[in-house]
Amino acid sequence: MRIGRWVLAVIFGIVFWSRIEAFKFHRTQQTERISGSAGDVLEDDPVGRLKVFVYELPRKYNKKILQKDPRCLTHMFAAEIFMHRFLLSSAVRTFNPEEADWFYTPVYTTCDLTANGLPLPFKSPRMMRSAIQLISSNWPYWNRTEGADHFFIVPHDFGACFHYQEEKAIERGILPLLQRATLVQTFGQRNHVCLNDGSIIIPPYAPPQKMQAHLIPPTTPRSIFVYFRGLFYDVGNDPEGGYYARGARASVWENFKDNPLFDISTEHPTTYYEDMQRAIFCLCPLGWAPWSPRLVEAVVFGCIPVIIADDIVLPFADAIPWEDIGVFVAEKDVPKLDTILTSIPIYEILRKQRLLANPSMKQAMLFPQPAQPRDAFHQILNGLARKLPHDKSVYLKPGEKILNWTAGPVSDLKPW
Amino acid sequence: MKQLTALQQQGRRSNSFRGASSPLDAGVDDSIRSPTTIFWLVLHGLCCLISLVLGFRFSRIVFFLLFSTASSPSTTTISGATSPPERNISGVGGGSRVVVGRHGILIRPWPHPDPAEVMKAHKIIERVQLEQRSQYGVKGPRTLIAVTPTYVRTFQTLHLTGLMHSLMNVPYDVIWVVVEAGGHTNETASLISKSGLRTIHIGFDTKMPVLWEDRHKLESKMRLHALRVVREKRLDGIVMFADDSNMHALELFDEIQKVKWVGAVSVGILAHSGGSEEGELPVIQRDDSKKDDKDPQLPVQGPACNSSNHLVGWHTFDSLLFLEKSARYIGDRAVVLPRKLEWAGFVLNSRLVWEDADKPGWVKEFEEVGRDGEDVESPLSFLNDASVVEPLGSCGRKVMLWWLRVEARADSKFPARWIIDPPLEITVPAKRTPWPDAPPELPSSVEKVISIQETTDKRASKSGSRRKRSSRSKRKHTAKVIDEHVSTRHSADN
Repeated sequence: MRIGRWVLAVIFGIVFWSRIEAFKFHRTQQTERISGSAGDVLEDDPVGRLKVFVYELPRKYNKKILQKDPRCLTHMFAAEIFMHRFLLSSAVRTFNPEEADWFYTPVYTTCDLTANGLPLPFKSPRMMRSAIQLISSNWPYWNRTEGADHFFIVPHDFGACFHYQEEKAIERGILPLLQRATLVQTFGQRNHVCLNDGSIIIPPYAPPQKMQAHLIPPTTPRSIFVYFRGLFYDVGNDPEGGYYARGARASVWENFKDNPLFDISTEHPTTYYEDMQRAIFCLCPLGWAPWSPRLVEAVVFGCIPVIIADDIVLPFADAIPWEDIGVFVAEKDVPKLDTILTSIPIYEILRKQRLLANPSMKQAMLFPQPAQPRDAFHQILNGLARKLPHDKSVYLKPGEKILNWTAGPVSDLKPW
Repeated sequence: MKQLTALQQQGRRSNSFRGASSPLDAGVDDSIRSPTTIFWLVLHGLCCLISLVLGFRFSRIVFFLLFSTASSPSTTTISGATSPPERNISGVGGGSRVVVGRHGILIRPWPHPDPAEVMKAHKIIERVQLEQRSQYGVKGPRTLIAVTPTYVRTFQTLHLTGLMHSLMNVPYDVIWVVVEAGGHTNETASLISKSGLRTIHIGFDTKMPVLWEDRHKLESKMRLHALRVVREKRLDGIVMFADDSNMHALELFDEIQKVKWVGAVSVGILAHSGGSEEGELPVIQRDDSKKDDKDPQLPVQGPACNSSNHLVGWHTFDSLLFLEKSARYIGDRAVVLPRKLEWAGFVLNSRLVWEDADKPGWVKEFEEVGRDGEDVESPLSFLNDASVVEPLGSCGRKVMLWWLRVEARADSKFPARWIIDPPLEITVPAKRTPWPDAPPELPSSVEKVISIQETTDKRASKSGSRRKRSSRSKRKHTAKVIDEHVSTRHSADN
């Protein structure tokens, strides 16, 4: 009798345990948890882990510029404006600078737009320099560390190098005054002058409501194998090819233009977002700079990104394991792209789709208005929180100076 | 400024803009007019003039000739640049492998798709779609049992092929029950075996009558017979009545998986008038499921719901509109009308016809229905209470099924299995084969065979029969075709 009861208890235990296992399995069947090199940090809440003080700059640095050109709110560099607005009303903001871990300077350097809507970076170094002069003279916190506990949002093409042309940007290098500060930028390429160690890479701004408005039912079968819309040759600036995108986009076109699996063209269809949701792979090749909003769109629409940009550093690389989610193809391997993609084992592809289906993944790439938990704003704050506490050595002794305020091209030194 | 003019031609997607890559890159900053820049300006102007004269840009040739091309065996470069690209002041900081400058465009020796890889990609696509269906589609799909009454006639291949392809594309298991009037024939058997589906081919030993009224009645009997087979074999699944000449959208098969016991869908009636005398064809509008007397809209049969999506009644076919012009016999040139409610618009859970299964109380025993040989008009006769029918397709608003009856004349001949063996050798000129305009005698004189009609029918079947028109226009057209063929043959002979 006792043995019978004991056997019954064991059976019950096994049944319970297997049901729980089944439960877990069922939950992970559709999506998978995402954990990057820093651990399972995508869902962290930054509130309580850091405090940010927002400098009050005169209107000419931010609001007036925005008033002059409201297009800055919708282009792909709009993150700098939205981050300012988010921080103003966020729970991590503190009005007491003595207890702040990080200091934020709201200066919109990417809002000087041409008629076409592209930002001109020629005045940005002067603007940034003028802002830093202001905060260093009105508050003591800049001189305390020479900017090591300050962060700036510089979403332009090559970040704080403030130029759109790569050679010029490399020539200039990062603005000397920002050498010690933490830069939050979209540009990321390993071993490049314009990427400091410790910078936080963010995705470019893509309008979340516009993307939500174009969602199609998930039962629509994915029937396009590879999808891409964009330029292959930039005829205006690089007519012979080989310069734009280091020849990679042209190579994609020449090798695969007649391949039925590759739906690639230069058209601008109105069904661009819907088509991405019907594709399995979306190409994200470099252009004049290695990053592009295509990555954000691919992640939001569940299309596996195929990243063709050597040495690129992707957004939030320590929180998101991009190798597990996307496919990386070296630029020299582009002629073999079809072989590479068809030889990925099917369980890998299904796993990548499961990871992409995770809502945390999609949230982390977006800048929704108003901010939502686990979105890109919070990921930036998480990244800043992970850099805390500041090393004691960043605090300078009184009178010590590291930055050279007169370095850089002569034209940068003119007042703004 | 040069850069700004370059901006104008900018595409939307490029992140930034560039001036020309030539060394005479003048920034917005003041440029010092050194002798070097003047020299480059002059050289540039000279090159432009030469290109103008030659008619093409010759810089590529210059590069090709000046720099040796080091092409590896597996790739060729189109722009002729060398393998180490021009190193500008790229400032390769820290040993980066990535260099700014002009790179070659890598193209493999044969840049065309490889069929083996295309097949692999298709397998990947199939597997991804299967995964999508299992995650977001119907959970636990049930077998579809499609009941089709058919018989051997000219248009049978046309209709059955269409239905067969629809059923082959259904992503669930399908059992196809084909009931054939006039007994089991090899012609039908060979046709349905091409589908690759599980088929049950039943012969029904009564010949299909020529009058439409009688044909509808016989079809009902055949469907009851099929249900008897479902009952005997205890086939499990959802029974739908797929008539061979109907058209089904694939969404229909996903929608009927939602049925619990009995469901009804809206059927669009394509009661078209084939001849040109009848006036305008009805305009097809799918949004309004209400049939309107005045507006020429597509008549739709199906469930009618109130605003809270409960079944309140039925939209049925009003044949008063067409009374004078309806077809009486098969092959009649007038419009063929359906009955009030067609079988095709209903789906049943197959357990309703099983012998002893857990059936709800409102379904009659299968044996009671149609026992005395009376005509069973629609599956509603199986139910004691018609209000339990579930309306599908967003309460009948979506039309996913279209009813159509198009047949050739009952006495029209066609080659068996549509194989012409031995090949044709016709030398009969058209003038000697007047086309008979007299209608056939009804109802049983279909066996009259005229030899000329046979040969011309054979030509007709070869060239023009795969078209859904009424018999009369078909005859007119094929008479023209025969004329051309015969005349060419004449000229060839001469």
